[in-house]
Amino acid sequence: MALIDGSRLIIESLARAGADAFIGYPITPANLLYQYSGQRMEIMLAAPDEISTLQWMSGLSATGRIPVTATSFPGFALMVESINMAYMMELPMVIILVQRLGPATGTATNGAQGDLLLLNGMISGGHPIPVVCTSDFEDCWSLAAESVKIAVQMRTPVILLTSKEEVMTYKSFDLSKLEKIEKADHKFYDKDCEYKSYKPTDMVPDFLPLTQNRHQVRINASTHDQMGILQHSTDEALANTRRLEEKIREKMKSHLIYTYDRQEGAEAIVVSYGITASAAKDAVSELRQAGRKVSLLIPKTLLPVPAAYLDILDNYQRIVIAEENMNNQLGSLLFGVSKPERLRFTGALGKMITPEQIIEEVK
Amino acid sequence: MNINILNTDSLPFCKGCGHDLISKHTAKALEKMGLSPLDVIMVTDIGCHGIIDKSLNTHTIHGLHGRSAALGAGIAFGIQEPGKKVIVFIGDGGATIGLQHILEAARLNLNMTVVVHNNMLYGMTGGQSSGLTPEGFHTTTSMEGNPFAGYDICALAHTAGAAYVARVTGIGDISEKFIKTFSTEGFSLIEVIEICPSYGVKFNPGRKLSEIIETSGRNPGEWVNDRTVFSHHQGKKADNLFNRTPQIQPLFSSLLEHPMSVILSGSAGEGVQLTATILSKAAMRSGLNITQKGSYPVTVGVGFSTAELNLSTDEIHFHGINIPDIVVVTSQDGLAHSKKRIGLMTKGKLFIDQSLTPPETGAEVIVSDFRSIGARTASLLAAIFFVKESGIFPMEAVFSTIEAEGLGTKLPVEKIRTALGI
Repeated sequence: MALIDGSRLIIESLARAGADAFIGYPITPANLLYQYSGQRMEIMLAAPDEISTLQWMSGLSATGRIPVTATSFPGFALMVESINMAYMMELPMVIILVQRLGPATGTATNGAQGDLLLLNGMISGGHPIPVVCTSDFEDCWSLAAESVKIAVQMRTPVILLTSKEEVMTYKSFDLSKLEKIEKADHKFYDKDCEYKSYKPTDMVPDFLPLTQNRHQVRINASTHDQMGILQHSTDEALANTRRLEEKIREKMKSHLIYTYDRQEGAEAIVVSYGITASAAKDAVSELRQAGRKVSLLIPKTLLPVPAAYLDILDNYQRIVIAEENMNNQLGSLLFGVSKPERLRFTGALGKMITPEQIIEEVK
Repeated sequence: MNINILNTDSLPFCKGCGHDLISKHTAKALEKMGLSPLDVIMVTDIGCHGIIDKSLNTHTIHGLHGRSAALGAGIAFGIQEPGKKVIVFIGDGGATIGLQHILEAARLNLNMTVVVHNNMLYGMTGGQSSGLTPEGFHTTTSMEGNPFAGYDICALAHTAGAAYVARVTGIGDISEKFIKTFSTEGFSLIEVIEICPSYGVKFNPGRKLSEIIETSGRNPGEWVNDRTVFSHHQGKKADNLFNRTPQIQPLFSSLLEHPMSVILSGSAGEGVQLTATILSKAAMRSGLNITQKGSYPVTVGVGFSTAELNLSTDEIHFHGINIPDIVVVTSQDGLAHSKKRIGLMTKGKLFIDQSLTPPETGAEVIVSDFRSIGARTASLLAAIFFVKESGIFPMEAVFSTIEAEGLGTKLPVEKIRTALGI
């Protein structure tokens, strides 16, 4: 066993998956990720601010690197326009969002799960950005690598969502049970015939870095055609923008990751993600020991919202969603404003949700 | 392979716009330098200058308003291939928005060039004042004349550390100046002063560019810093972060039957966090699972310092502690911080230093002198006292952890043994 924190697992996993540059700046509770990156990543740069961070990452990504940063809401908010830029330019990168208590600077050293709805609408136009969320140390390992894979395969920024209690808590952990991580295949266009920066092959354009001199590369954050040339609103350019949405929605179907611990005959199900999933595991375990039949769903692919979750939830008379906010953000994503009567919510502000709290809602 | 930088002579700018001159002379300079178009990465952003992309045979990347210097910096960081040239086009508006990005690239002396198209206003959005608009210059947003002097972008970049900075008037053949700028190893910036034929001329009738330059004190010139170009200064890298996380083998056994939550609560400087790590590893050496987290104010050198631990024979999922089983208090700061949770305890044990007044609690209160061999070891002495009293695992698990962590000579182990009568 080793005494380890989630931050170390995430950075080691990212590096093994092929991430080779970290752009950082200090922000609690993401500082350990920054510190470990300095020890591990081939390139580690200290940016002067959040906008520079994302711009530097975009530049590095355009040269063929796979850059990473880690931040929390106050920094993330300042990155949003540049993440939109990277999304439009179709540049692979990973942004680790370590949630903490808001609004604004809130409490830097207090965990929270309050940023999911922000992520759902952060790309102008409402286009989805891939979001995967860690719920335990195994996820810190596997989903960090998955983020790199998604970023490279789909040419897109990916958000790895986590929270203070996951990246700053040490646990005894058996490293030998971690699965081997394959390096993501960051393929470059290798044909001699004409290259168009935004001509899709199976929805995703072939990538070429700005550093080669076989083909001209045009990268563009404004509405553009397949060549990458700015257009006002030609059919080709709008088709390109439409493709961005379809690419993520379609391709993320093969990155549907969740844990469904189904109990035969259960009429109730607990749904929880992120840090609260640990309390949910304990709650379900205690309920079962007491003879109560209950299932557990831990969604890990959060955005775009997989319809598969609703298919699972259709089987239950009672759904208890537990997440560390006041407003049931996952419930809103799944059910909109007309939440069904069978849905119950237990939340918390400024403290972790306890297993007892969840048990109470299931009863 | 195409050797022309531009793919057309007909550029998309207004008649008389200095941007046309800049683009054509940039191309002329690069061609004279013998650079192949695909060894050139042109970074543009929002503003009239940014519509040049489609006329270029180079690589192009078109980003956000004012951010091209930072985007270009990212590209410069990523280039390993020799002979590449990163050129950032930016307007005076963009240079205002992204001033920090220019200064940072200059400070680091990144290998790139920034070309500031200074036509003294935001042209694309209707002729508003920018941070580089000269005093007295009329714009859409300063119809009585700009009340402030503009930034001297050249002086700022030079002061920030740019290897080469030049200012030219956007008239005539400026390609030689571009060649000098582009040939610089490290960060270079060239500011080209022009007048917007649409808004600048319209709002400032009769004013000549030379007179505006003279009045504003932004005369042509060049400034240099003798500097080494940026390179990645990498410290020693680990090829595996787990190498710094040693495996802990269970050499002892534990008598723990049920999960136990422990809070160590003291003051900064009392070794609370280190004690927590020693206790965690000692528990692991005794075959237990643990979770450990710290809590302290942002001013880490003063005030309370608290550590929360969970110990269990089973895998631990939820690691929060509402009502602890054990609290170990070594100082007034620690007592104040944990008082509420101590008050909620209906069972368990409170270990508290004899200098403190125990609060109301349902826990069994055990008072001892934890500060007897100094404040710096108060937390460790108290924690080992707790291990001894509870018997959850052998005290030798703690002492062997101290040795294994290389702390045997740094911590007063013998004094602790004596104080505890072992």
